[in-house]
Amino acid sequence: MFYREAGQFKSTYAEDQRLFPIRQDRIGMAVILAIAFLVLPIASSAPALRGVIDFNYWYNGVIIPFLIFSLAALGLNILTGYAGLLSLGTGAFMAVGAFAAYNFELRVPGIPMLASFILAGIVAAGVGLVFGLPSLRIKGFYLAVATLAAQFFVVWALTKFPWFSNYSTSGVIAAQKLVAFGYAFDSPVKRYLLVLVIVALMALAAKNMVRSSTGRAWMAVRDMDVAAEVIGIPMMRTKLLAFAVSSFYCGVAGALYAFAYLGNVEPQAFDLDLSFRILFMIIIGGVGSILGSFLGAAFIVVLPILLDIWATWFERTAGIAVPAGLVSNLTLIIFGALIVFFLAVEPLGLARLWQVAKDKLRLWPFPH
Amino acid sequence: MQFFFEVLIGGLLAGVMYSLVALGFVLIYKASGVFNFAQGSMVFFAALTVVGFAGMGVPFWLSIGLALVAMLLLALFTERVVLRPLVNQPQITLFMATIGLSFLIEGTAQLVWGAQVHALDLGVADEPIEWILDRTSMSISKFDLMASGIAATLVAVLAVFFNKTRTGRALRAVADDHQAALAVGISLRRIWVIVWMVAGFVALVTGLLWGARNGVQFALTFLALKALPVLILGGFESIAGAIVGGLIIGASEKLAEVYIGPYVGGGIESWFPYVLALLFLLVRPEGLFGEKIIDRV
Amino acid sequence: MTHPREAGAPILVVEEVSLSFGGVKALQGVSFDVREHEIRAIIGPNGAGKSSMLNVINGVYHPDSGTVEFRGERSRNVDPHRAAQRGVARTFQNIALFRGMTALDNIMTGRNLKMRTTFLQQALYWGPARREELEHRAKVEEIIDFLEIQHIRKTPVGRLPYGLQKRVELGRALAAEPELLLLDEPMSGMNVEEKQDMCRFVLDVNDQFGTTIVLIEHDMGVVMDISDRVVVLDYGRKIADGTPDQVRANRDVIDAYLGVAH
Repeated sequence: MFYREAGQFKSTYAEDQRLFPIRQDRIGMAVILAIAFLVLPIASSAPALRGVIDFNYWYNGVIIPFLIFSLAALGLNILTGYAGLLSLGTGAFMAVGAFAAYNFELRVPGIPMLASFILAGIVAAGVGLVFGLPSLRIKGFYLAVATLAAQFFVVWALTKFPWFSNYSTSGVIAAQKLVAFGYAFDSPVKRYLLVLVIVALMALAAKNMVRSSTGRAWMAVRDMDVAAEVIGIPMMRTKLLAFAVSSFYCGVAGALYAFAYLGNVEPQAFDLDLSFRILFMIIIGGVGSILGSFLGAAFIVVLPILLDIWATWFERTAGIAVPAGLVSNLTLIIFGALIVFFLAVEPLGLARLWQVAKDKLRLWPFPH
Repeated sequence: MQFFFEVLIGGLLAGVMYSLVALGFVLIYKASGVFNFAQGSMVFFAALTVVGFAGMGVPFWLSIGLALVAMLLLALFTERVVLRPLVNQPQITLFMATIGLSFLIEGTAQLVWGAQVHALDLGVADEPIEWILDRTSMSISKFDLMASGIAATLVAVLAVFFNKTRTGRALRAVADDHQAALAVGISLRRIWVIVWMVAGFVALVTGLLWGARNGVQFALTFLALKALPVLILGGFESIAGAIVGGLIIGASEKLAEVYIGPYVGGGIESWFPYVLALLFLLVRPEGLFGEKIIDRV
Repeated sequence: MTHPREAGAPILVVEEVSLSFGGVKALQGVSFDVREHEIRAIIGPNGAGKSSMLNVINGVYHPDSGTVEFRGERSRNVDPHRAAQRGVARTFQNIALFRGMTALDNIMTGRNLKMRTTFLQQALYWGPARREELEHRAKVEEIIDFLEIQHIRKTPVGRLPYGLQKRVELGRALAAEPELLLLDEPMSGMNVEEKQDMCRFVLDVNDQFGTTIVLIEHDMGVVMDISDRVVVLDYGRKIADGTPDQVRANRDVIDAYLGVAH
């Protein structure tokens, strides 16, 4: 009875086209944004709370990576979830973004940091375009091979050609300090806010694209490309645009990964394993869903942490030492099992489960 | 010139190994239309089980037998937990499910047997064959030759199995048309278990050979990926294609590494097969032995 | 049948079109024309090549020989995108809707050709993109009203019953405001009521918008009732061409349908 649409009339198409047509959704979103932008930063600077909760750990270890992975998952979702082009090369595009941002900062004196990020995204988009060209002739998991080629080639190139890492040993780059508009983002809270703003804006842009003709063209190509062609949707442009936009998002995510999260990063950090992790995020979170990208990222970031906490608790209470690899192996097993489970039971992932819950909530307390 | 032949033959023999992995893929794809990404982890799991039991003191041949049992159990598990719930889903969904399955298998294998590298000794050393070395001063590994011999035998056995036995005929029927196969009374589930079992057997052989060569380690799972270019060249449904594709990939990979590698700092092997496959796809999407796909509207 | 608009000059001319798949000859030297504003039916026994003919007209298949001339532009290798741009729209025998989208979104995809904003403008949404989206939404809603599918506009098409899916597909084709509409068995699998509704829609489209229609249909009653002229195909060859009455009385046509060896 709280989540009722009754009484909310829409008298113009404009009202129907709103991002959140239902009032309760708007309120909910406002609350989330308030917590993210206001409550959290304020709470984490309150001395009373700081003694109790290790905010730095939460920002650095959980929230910031969650946001960054959500952005990468958004990118992959655009390509694989909306346009239906399977990609196993997400890591490579993130690597391009990271190294491009590093090089722009390094070699262009006085360049604004945000410009570096945007340019890094554009470079990643370019690389994405090149490796996306085969999609004009090949489909399905044949295309996945093209993205695998990208994945291996990019990591190899970044390692082999020392120019990319400014001639450092083993290709490690030390990301420069985050300074934008003359303001130094050097504390966890500040880094968090910067990442939050970037991710929120890009998520909004993604949502807008996806509900316009661009998104519909992508979904048409995904669902039935022959029919899409027949109604006039340009195959080449649509697919290449998906690769470009997706890689842009992954590139920016990669730049943030290096600059706002890890600090020091080498090409191997962007390996196939990372690509798989992000693929898992969108499978579990929900392919073809903006919300799903966030849910999946949250899940994949939080689960290992929960397992660690459980393992520590178990060691303490049972007195048995937990073998070293147990947690990481358990993580693999649980991820694998969940992938199969979700694909079998709810292929549209957590996002769909959320929608189903909302639908039930609409009727509550009535059963149907 | 001689060096070229040495590299070439070395590459071909390495390619035989790739063919073996690809063979497992082709079997499963032919019978169930599923691209089994977990093939690589199956190889790893099989090899790890053998060395695991052997490490506990179990005689070698018994270890192999136990590993076969393990593969059978895995086949049953996969059919029940992965294939049956996903029976009418599009190919891409099944493919992603096998990615999940591969992680499941890897995690379990390491959980049970530990994550260290295990050595595996099959009794044949990776040494040049003296007979050839003396006459042509080309060094061709005994081990590689034995591996090729085993692979050839395996292919021959499989060919006989597919073409001459009743089960083999049923497998070919299922590969062709599920509905029709059901209509003549073939049990799809039984067939799938059999196919995954056979693929598991192939994975075991592959695992033993690869493990003996490179040690049984986690990296074995990435064999699955190397098989992809092989399958693209050879087509997903052709055993002959898997063999030929594997040979081509193996040879070209080694030749590229030796002749092009020095100019770019080496390490080409990590991406060369994929780029080669990619270029090939642009020219002939269905592979050397595959069938042309016609889209009907 | 009388129409407010009289059929005009031919806007589609198919000339000596032949098409084969491997050894199968789908079409052999088929020629006919379609006049503006008319409703032209293509009929024939199963496997006669009717769907192939439609596919050739809008460029999904390229004929081995012969040409297709639409509004004066003659070619053999039209690509479907180009055909759509020039005002040819169609529906498919086995519904080709986009399963992952709602009915409204499916019909909106039909407007894609007419939408001009770039993806960057759409990422921003406020401004030109929003205006364009609302403008086209209004247009699509007119079609939704016309086809009486308001109640299912937000339903994912995969969940709709067969008859409604066919209607949505028609809506998607209409959204492009086509000059030539190709309908591949629009009434197959429908019961009597649904067929009557569909007939009504087809006739209304022809009446109100003047759209030229080429349709493949098996139901002889429908064909005789609503079409102006009929082409009959059998084994890829044209065996009759004329008004419904002329075709009905044609000996070859009767033989083809009765399966008399020839």
